[in-house]
Amino acid sequence: MKDVKVLGPGCKRCETTVTMVKDAATRLGIDVKVEKVTDYAEIARFGIASTPGIVVDGKVVHAGGLPKEDALEKWLQA
Amino acid sequence: MSTETFAAPDGGSKQPPAWKWLTGAGLALAAWGLVYSQLIPASEWLVSRLPVDRASHLGDALAFFFYDTPKVILLLTLIVFAMGVVRSYFSPEKTRALLAGKREGAGNVMAAGLGVLTPFCSCSAVPLFIGFVSAGIPLGVTFSFLIAAPMVNEVALGLLFSLIGWKVALTYLAFGLGVAIVAGWVIGRLKLEGWLQDWVKDIQAGAAVVVPDGRLTFVDRIQLGIEAVKDIVGRVWIWIIAGIAAGALIHGYVPADLMVRIMGADAWWSVPAAVLIGIPMYTNAAGVIPIVEALLTKGAALGTTLAFMMSVIALSLPEMIILRKVLTVRLIAVFVGVVGTGILAVGFLFNVLFQTP
Repeated sequence: MKDVKVLGPGCKRCETTVTMVKDAATRLGIDVKVEKVTDYAEIARFGIASTPGIVVDGKVVHAGGLPKEDALEKWLQA
Repeated sequence: MSTETFAAPDGGSKQPPAWKWLTGAGLALAAWGLVYSQLIPASEWLVSRLPVDRASHLGDALAFFFYDTPKVILLLTLIVFAMGVVRSYFSPEKTRALLAGKREGAGNVMAAGLGVLTPFCSCSAVPLFIGFVSAGIPLGVTFSFLIAAPMVNEVALGLLFSLIGWKVALTYLAFGLGVAIVAGWVIGRLKLEGWLQDWVKDIQAGAAVVVPDGRLTFVDRIQLGIEAVKDIVGRVWIWIIAGIAAGALIHGYVPADLMVRIMGADAWWSVPAAVLIGIPMYTNAAGVIPIVEALLTKGAALGTTLAFMMSVIALSLPEMIILRKVLTVRLIAVFVGVVGTGILAVGFLFNVLFQTP
């Protein structure tokens, strides 16, 4: 079970990122728990400066803009 | 759907090889040049097909519209693409690492410059602000970044360049950066750290991270450029058309002496009025600049129009509402006051320097 957090205040890109994560997980047949983190103080704790950010199992793997499809699959599989 | 392809590193089997991308980019550029060179004949032909007298006001406005719209969109596409490729070398996290530990002064200059080059979306303004301040970047330096990033953007520069000319575009770039540097420096001097919202002051920020970008290849960067075009040009084209249509009407119908009286260099009050009117206006540069161009040809003073543009872009109400989450109202008022004063100064200076008798 992968624990994925999508960091972002709720802009359109953040929503798209959540969908992308879920789609990629379904495609790969990986169990994921996707959590949206919208609180600014909470986002700041991860040390990023741009959103959307992606955290997989507690590790920041991406910040700023939509993730690339193939990179996303790699993070979920790692 | 085979699992093996996922194991391939970046640039694996899904992408055509790099030479195809390069050839494609070259061909696209050649096609671009060809289309661009045919714009005037094409627009004249289009007008000649319409049941309108070419020499009439309407004919004039139509010719202007049919020529300027594709011209601006073509130039903007090229500029946004180039900027997208350049920006792939920067990220807010890398910029933060560069700015951390910089002192005021040099830090303000760097922050303003990086504000232009770093990819930035206004929905990221709050995380960016917190991320910068909590990493120890001085408040004034952070403001230099936040003022320059929206004000000196590729859409504004591209439109100024294609509609008015490179001199005005370069002037806007230089003085936009100047306002960001000086305003940020002044805010830093005022020592207003205590005017942040309380929760920002005692935020427990994690260690600043720089996410590795996985060694972007050249093809990746070209793709990022194309994405920037899809995203930005896809968003602003409608504004450009609306702006140019409004500009065309002004060209065709507004009498010149009216503008000279309202927005000419002799009407000193027009500069502060332009700044004030610009604050609640929130059209992006795309909609404003075609109108600005038309006003200029009707005798509006350059300083007044520049001030109006800077105010519309840099002092926007929606952005203040976003920043309200981290800044107190007092601090926002200082921000508006300092930036507004800078814009006023630019407006007056230009009206004096570029006064046409």
